[in-house]
Amino acid sequence: MKQYETVIGLEVHVELSTKSKMFCSCSADYFGKEPNTHTCPVCLGLPGALPYINKEAIESCIKIGHALNCNIKTQSVFERKNYFYPDLAKGYQISQYRWPLCVSGKIEVVSADGTKKDIRINRAHQEEDTGKLSHRGRETLIDFNRSGVPLVEIVTEPDFTDTVQIRDYAKKLQAIMRSIGVSNADMERGDMRLEANVSIRGIGQKELPNYRVELKNINSFRFMVAAVEYEIQRQSKLLSKGERLHQETRGWNEDKKITYLQRSKEEAHDYRYFPEPDLPPIFISPEEIEKLKGGITELPAATLERFKKDYQLGEYEAEILTRDKKLADYFEQVILASENTGIGAKKVANEIINKKPDIEKVLPADFVNQIHSSQQVFAIGKAELETIVKQVLEENSKAVEDYKKGKESVKMFLVGQVIRMVGKKIDTNKVKEAIKKSIK
Amino acid sequence: MSDITSLTLVETLSALNSKEFSKKELNDAYLKRIGQIDPLLNSYLYVNRDSDKIPAAIKDIITVSGMQMTCGSKILDGYITPYNATVIEKLMTKDISFIGKTNMDEFAMGSSGENSAYGATKNPWDITKVPGGSSSGSAAAVAADLCTFALGTDTGGSIRQPASLCGVVGLKPSYGRVSRYGAQAMGSSLDQIGPITKTVSDARLVLEWISDGDLFDSNAEKTIFTSKKRLSDLKGLKIGVVQLNENKSDAGLDLSVLKTMEDAYKKLSELGAEIKEIVMPSFKYSIETYYSIMLSEVSSNLARFDGVRFGKSRSEFGLESKRRIILGTFALSSGYFDDYFVKASHIRSKIKKDFVKAFVEEKCDVIVGPVSPTVAWTIGEKVDNPLAMYLSDVYTVPASLAGIPGLSVPCGFSDGLPVGLQILGKYMDEETILNVGEVYELATKWHKRKPDL
Amino acid sequence: MKINKKQETRNKRQEIDIDYVAKLANLDLSGEEKKVFGKQLPQILGYINQIKQVKTPSTGLPFSVATTQSVMREDKVGKSLSQKETLSNATSTKNGQFATKGIFENEDI
Repeated sequence: MKQYETVIGLEVHVELSTKSKMFCSCSADYFGKEPNTHTCPVCLGLPGALPYINKEAIESCIKIGHALNCNIKTQSVFERKNYFYPDLAKGYQISQYRWPLCVSGKIEVVSADGTKKDIRINRAHQEEDTGKLSHRGRETLIDFNRSGVPLVEIVTEPDFTDTVQIRDYAKKLQAIMRSIGVSNADMERGDMRLEANVSIRGIGQKELPNYRVELKNINSFRFMVAAVEYEIQRQSKLLSKGERLHQETRGWNEDKKITYLQRSKEEAHDYRYFPEPDLPPIFISPEEIEKLKGGITELPAATLERFKKDYQLGEYEAEILTRDKKLADYFEQVILASENTGIGAKKVANEIINKKPDIEKVLPADFVNQIHSSQQVFAIGKAELETIVKQVLEENSKAVEDYKKGKESVKMFLVGQVIRMVGKKIDTNKVKEAIKKSIK
Repeated sequence: MSDITSLTLVETLSALNSKEFSKKELNDAYLKRIGQIDPLLNSYLYVNRDSDKIPAAIKDIITVSGMQMTCGSKILDGYITPYNATVIEKLMTKDISFIGKTNMDEFAMGSSGENSAYGATKNPWDITKVPGGSSSGSAAAVAADLCTFALGTDTGGSIRQPASLCGVVGLKPSYGRVSRYGAQAMGSSLDQIGPITKTVSDARLVLEWISDGDLFDSNAEKTIFTSKKRLSDLKGLKIGVVQLNENKSDAGLDLSVLKTMEDAYKKLSELGAEIKEIVMPSFKYSIETYYSIMLSEVSSNLARFDGVRFGKSRSEFGLESKRRIILGTFALSSGYFDDYFVKASHIRSKIKKDFVKAFVEEKCDVIVGPVSPTVAWTIGEKVDNPLAMYLSDVYTVPASLAGIPGLSVPCGFSDGLPVGLQILGKYMDEETILNVGEVYELATKWHKRKPDL
Repeated sequence: MKINKKQETRNKRQEIDIDYVAKLANLDLSGEEKKVFGKQLPQILGYINQIKQVKTPSTGLPFSVATTQSVMREDKVGKSLSQKETLSNATSTKNGQFATKGIFENEDI
């Protein structure tokens, strides 16, 4: 069966973390809320309602485009995607088709054999989410809190050839979304949804296969990878038997560990796209586009590698520091402020990770001072120390008895008491020695 | 006081101001008259007995919170809307109350009122005739003095044509002049909410009240219409008259309507205007262009009626609605989209350019012509021929396609039935068409004649 | 029934597969309605087809008579309807949600 190569394209829907919805001012924070309490005539599709674009959502989409090295369009148009489904309030979704906001990007991923591969991004465009369906027996229930929440759809060319690349792509996308602060991109919560288009062709064949199998409605990343792997095998088996493969939509059955044919949502896929008459086109100047790039200078993956290399940080520390762009920037500012203090990068990293300073409030220079003073050790005189130790031992005779009996934890208690009485930070090793000597 | 209901809006405001009667007496008078006359006309679908300010009639396609909104359809039978249209919010700040929701062709699809699921409205001038549509109830209510003024909607002529057939004033504002938020959409790129009134100065006042954008309609300009200039005559104005294209014999322009129009042009000339014949070559395809776009848009706009969140099943749509949904869905479908919608969008651009040429190059201040090829026809006469019905929109659709404002003012009678003069103006220049209309109205006083009810 | 779209503007009729279009439009037409439409719609479409004769360009942004552009609002949360208002016009609700007859998406085939 090794006479086939896989051709996979991915479609990712990212739910933006804006405060309000895409086309109305209802709260977009729907997770766990009472059903149908974040709705209005617009997102409910009542007669007479009209859409009005959320600026923040557009800016987020453009930022995502920048992070994916896309060409951001100065003219963009929304279109209606017409189809019927109970969770689609207006009977059409406002989306983008002919004039998307971002096109022709790319992102590098790691392959199964360890080599790097460029995945081409066909487009990243803006659209709105649907309501949420739940099935109860013979009924389907619908909550429209999620209807109208902003989505960015990212479509790749069919450049993926193995699931390691897919895994890396998803991980990188998630890191990007979190780093630029546009979405939590959490697959479990539904802020990031993956769909894969899988097909296979003969090795060396240049043309794209004439079919593709869509893997949809798979809510965990693990299951998606399993489904893709299963699908590759399934298709290879069928092809090698001489059977023809068809365009279809399949889901994943975790119990049986197989993909299965799904009844399609809308058999007629004629979406009858036409420009949304209720929304005028968006014109953005090259200056505005460039300005939005300001926040996206380096992708988190690159920053992570750089931190490991330049500051000799371990994978663990580097990963934590690069999760959030603001935190990564703060780290580097503290490094700068700690020049000539003898405080090394690794120390800075550990202090930030363990002490978790409020990076909005604590200035880098002040944080350096904090590290410094916590390192400062007061040099206490030997005689003075012995006097204080004697006093502490006298006042804590029970503790001394326990110490003699061998209770180690008591030792730390006594050390702490001594330090408290001194009132300054002193070398704890010296204190331990002094106590040991005194008790003997 | 039976005189109260015959007052215009401006006269009513003045009388209230000088305390000639109270708001209660005002509403009582109108409610009484509605009770006496409307059973004959069927212009109201809902009467609000609690109306207590200056009573306006609202086409049942516009949302008034807490009231019904049937859009003339069985699908929305029992639907109560939970929000106000922007125009309603604005009117409420002007001391207006809503005395009722008026009858209309289902989802604004029709030119006669016969497509209402609640029975046709009758023309107050002759109850065997249609009042026109789709704002049939609004026009009939104004003509019969059943309200101080009304609101309608105009997509391809639905304010101007019934106003013309009922002998009242109707104004379709420029596209983007009035927010559409709260009016069920028909042709999203064509719809405008506008006043239907007893006089031109009433229309001017209502436009001032309802104009201006908001944070809901992205296509509405955020400027309030104000009218600074008034004219005493038409001296110095250039009025264009479109050469009637021979190909339009399909539309069947009535000879007596044509004669009435020519008398009107003569009057305009006497009032000091220079009349100039102009050519609009792209008008030839205006009906096909209009229908390509409107049918496509309405098929999509009616998709929200799926019976889930509100309303009954889609099988409750009337025949005309179903017909247009099928036509529009076909026009947007794969393989046909370029031939209909895209093509029509380009021709639409040409039609707009023709108007710009007339206003700028030919220096016309306004363009005049008929509103309807005929006067009101007998109920039932045209129901079996939808295409013939569509063709009668020939004079009103060009302004809708170009987005320019259009006013219909009474200009005479033919066989005892009203004829309307259409006055078209530059984009966002409602002031000039209102001025021309007012000068003409004051000189001819057609509006003083009332139907015998 | 497959439709040949190149058919007649000459005959001033445009053939249309009403069953297919009705399905796209989510409309259940009665036999009588299909019959009436079968006669009327090709005629109406044939009339509209006359616009094919007009020469027009093939590219550009969609034409609009609206003069506004880039119309956007700040990302601020405003008022929503209450759950009661939202559900007030539905024929069937359950546990604060709209209820409709079951959609079975994930059936094994």
